[in-house]
Amino acid sequence: MTTEVEAATTQPGATAADERVRAQSWYDRLLSRPEIGALIALIVVWLGFAIVAADNNFISMATTAAILNRSAPLIILSVAVALLMIAGEFDLSIGSLVGFIGMAVMLMVTSSAQGGWALPLLPALLITLVLALGVGWFNGTLVLRTKLPSFIITLGSLFIFRGLAIAIPRTRTGRSQLGGFDRTPGYDIIDAILGQKINIFGAAFDIAIVWALGITLLAMFVLRRTVVGSWIFGVGGDANAARNVGVPVNRLKTVLFMTTALAAFLVAVIQIVQFDGADSLRGRLQEFNAIIAAVVGGTLLTGGYGSVVGAALGALIFAMVQQGIIITGVDGDWFQVFVGAILVLAVIFNNALRQRALKR
Amino acid sequence: MSEKDAPLLELRGVSKFFGSVIALQDVSMFVRAGEVTCLLGDNGAGKSTLIKTLAGVHLPSEGIYLYEGEEVLFQSPREALDRGIATVYQDLAMIPLMSIWRNFFLGSEPTKNLGPIRMYDQAYAKRTTREEMAKMGIDIRDPDQPVGTLSGGERQSVAIARAVFFGAKVLILDEPTAALGVKQAGVVLRYITAARDRGIGVIFITHNPHHAYPVGDHFVILRRGQVMGDYSKDEVSRDELVQMMAGGADLEALEHELSSR
Repeated sequence: MTTEVEAATTQPGATAADERVRAQSWYDRLLSRPEIGALIALIVVWLGFAIVAADNNFISMATTAAILNRSAPLIILSVAVALLMIAGEFDLSIGSLVGFIGMAVMLMVTSSAQGGWALPLLPALLITLVLALGVGWFNGTLVLRTKLPSFIITLGSLFIFRGLAIAIPRTRTGRSQLGGFDRTPGYDIIDAILGQKINIFGAAFDIAIVWALGITLLAMFVLRRTVVGSWIFGVGGDANAARNVGVPVNRLKTVLFMTTALAAFLVAVIQIVQFDGADSLRGRLQEFNAIIAAVVGGTLLTGGYGSVVGAALGALIFAMVQQGIIITGVDGDWFQVFVGAILVLAVIFNNALRQRALKR
Repeated sequence: MSEKDAPLLELRGVSKFFGSVIALQDVSMFVRAGEVTCLLGDNGAGKSTLIKTLAGVHLPSEGIYLYEGEEVLFQSPREALDRGIATVYQDLAMIPLMSIWRNFFLGSEPTKNLGPIRMYDQAYAKRTTREEMAKMGIDIRDPDQPVGTLSGGERQSVAIARAVFFGAKVLILDEPTAALGVKQAGVVLRYITAARDRGIGVIFITHNPHHAYPVGDHFVILRRGQVMGDYSKDEVSRDELVQMMAGGADLEALEHELSSR
């Protein structure tokens, strides 16, 4: 039996420098990375605004700080969502969860005269943390037990928790906004950790940016350098195949649902510190914005492929467009048109890049 | 069949019923270490049920499953795998968008410690993937390339090399050559012999006697859920095997029918 292998192995120098491996040019290697589309889009959007909004001080520390501040919460959510999406599942409940958890924290620390529970800050945060992780666990367990699409299950959670975020405070306090978080004992510590602003060249940068950066780097490390990261890709690529080789598919997916809920918790607390209180409608549409950021960043809707760095870049594009439109003075109503167009263009572009990567 | 060493894996009088359907009836077969047992059968002969029974997906309704000389009842494929019975299915269980080395080690990743943090030992994984593939006689170009870029035969080879590396004693191959061209099928047949030479007992399931004959040590013919014969290589010629596979009489009748038109 003469085969190609025999031919290949007997060729001289086959192991030293394999003649079948083309030396790939640096741009070929670069173009086969999932986040490259988002990086190019980011540069294009930035250049676009730099030209169009040059007179409005787009290139300035103040605008840069505004963009980064705006992007930080969405980056935190998008990174967690990207991990879950690469593993092949959706979580549409996180936006509502941001509103719900914010409200829960505020209700707990508000005085009983105003309809709250008058708990100290630390227990309030611990209880809501457990609550958030419980929601994530419940979402995951329900998806895995019923084998229904997570899109449907978490769509239900989206409505349930938004409804609770409105109904509970209204019943107890008659309001859908609760303020005065800065009067809570222990506020200074939580403000220093999650809410403070850092002045650099006269512009105020939120410390949340540091959290967003740290979380992105951590998620990147987990995804690319650890065993769990390999499992995430495997589970999203083919859950059955992964299960057959011994990957704990259900445990992994449950943990990832808890991770998105944890991200929602962190964003909820950051925002009650930043806005000095909770609002029943806070976090609205963030579940979709996070998915958009992930997809713009090269994550495949069907799972098995993607990048957390891409998701963070996607969130940054999102914030840049938002901020750019504000400072350009274009009517804010046009924002959604831009976002929709960028989403479709990015997906088409990412798709073309992935085909290219598979053919190389 | 009492010559040489004892079988590594053996079925004795195994039947499998699904309600009123008799999928397998009184099937006996065996494989020895370092031998290839070919399981030949046309569509509907019960090959799939037999594979799943061997792999631990189904428990036999009747009969005995012997492995390494003792009777076993595998409750799950994982249990069979842990004992060293690896099954490579036709649809392969490979993840196309993942690199070869990530696929190779999926579920059994090597780790190294970076301080208190356990990391995936990627350098080892890439090197080992390349080495193991080389031992099977395949020289992979770039362990980083996605499995989706490999040809069907190459993917089969990765799956076989993976099973061998993770300590398979028995390798069950479900129609590994079915969807392949002549050259590609040749590549896979080569890995089958390579696995055999490393002392693994190979059960090679196919409907193609031309693929079975060159690599098989003995041949089990399955028809309508029953064993029609078990022949060692010196008892049967390639032509006889083709005849039996097609059901000799049927083939003659068909020939007659076609020529009389």
